[in-house]
Amino acid sequence: MSTAFFQGAVALAQLLLGLAMLFCACRLVRGPRAQDRVLALDALYVTAMLLILTVGIRTGTALYFEAALVIGMLGFVSTAALAKFLLRGEVIE
Amino acid sequence: MSYLAGILIVAGALLVVAGALGLLTLKTFYDRVHPPTMGTTLGTGLMLAGSMLYFSVLDARPVLHEALIGIFMTLSTPVTYMLLVRAALHRDRAEGRDPLQETTSRR
Repeated sequence: MSTAFFQGAVALAQLLLGLAMLFCACRLVRGPRAQDRVLALDALYVTAMLLILTVGIRTGTALYFEAALVIGMLGFVSTAALAKFLLRGEVIE
Repeated sequence: MSYLAGILIVAGALLVVAGALGLLTLKTFYDRVHPPTMGTTLGTGLMLAGSMLYFSVLDARPVLHEALIGIFMTLSTPVTYMLLVRAALHRDRAEGRDPLQETTSRR
């Protein structure tokens, strides 16, 4: 009984996260300037990480946790590199 | 106990959706920086708390490794967004437009 409630809640959360990814992708395509696109990409990364986490909860395996951690770290590094590029015109000087 | 975990996970997902909606609908870049942080800090925290609770009940022992993601996101989000806003300010100044002028004239 409570398991059915929990599975439904996780499915609803996945649906909501997919909607959030759609909003972020819309801003990524529309975004008038480069910094808007970088911001949308960062938000998209975080939402994708949470979506993978919910898949891990649904299947009950801890393997997806490591994938989510790696995606979070890659998102941080890529956004920092893109911000550095916008600031200076090159990433490594 | 799994009711509480489910409610926590849905609440976190709702916060992420609210942040993404703000990112889509607000008018200027300096307004748009704010809403996604709600999803990346509190939304992620609530979803991770739900996941920790569920796996702790499932395995009948405390499962705390999700806190690693929470700590990492809480530390990294302000750093990246401050870097990004500094880059945006630099670009606005280089093009000769005043960001403060834009935000005040809009209101």
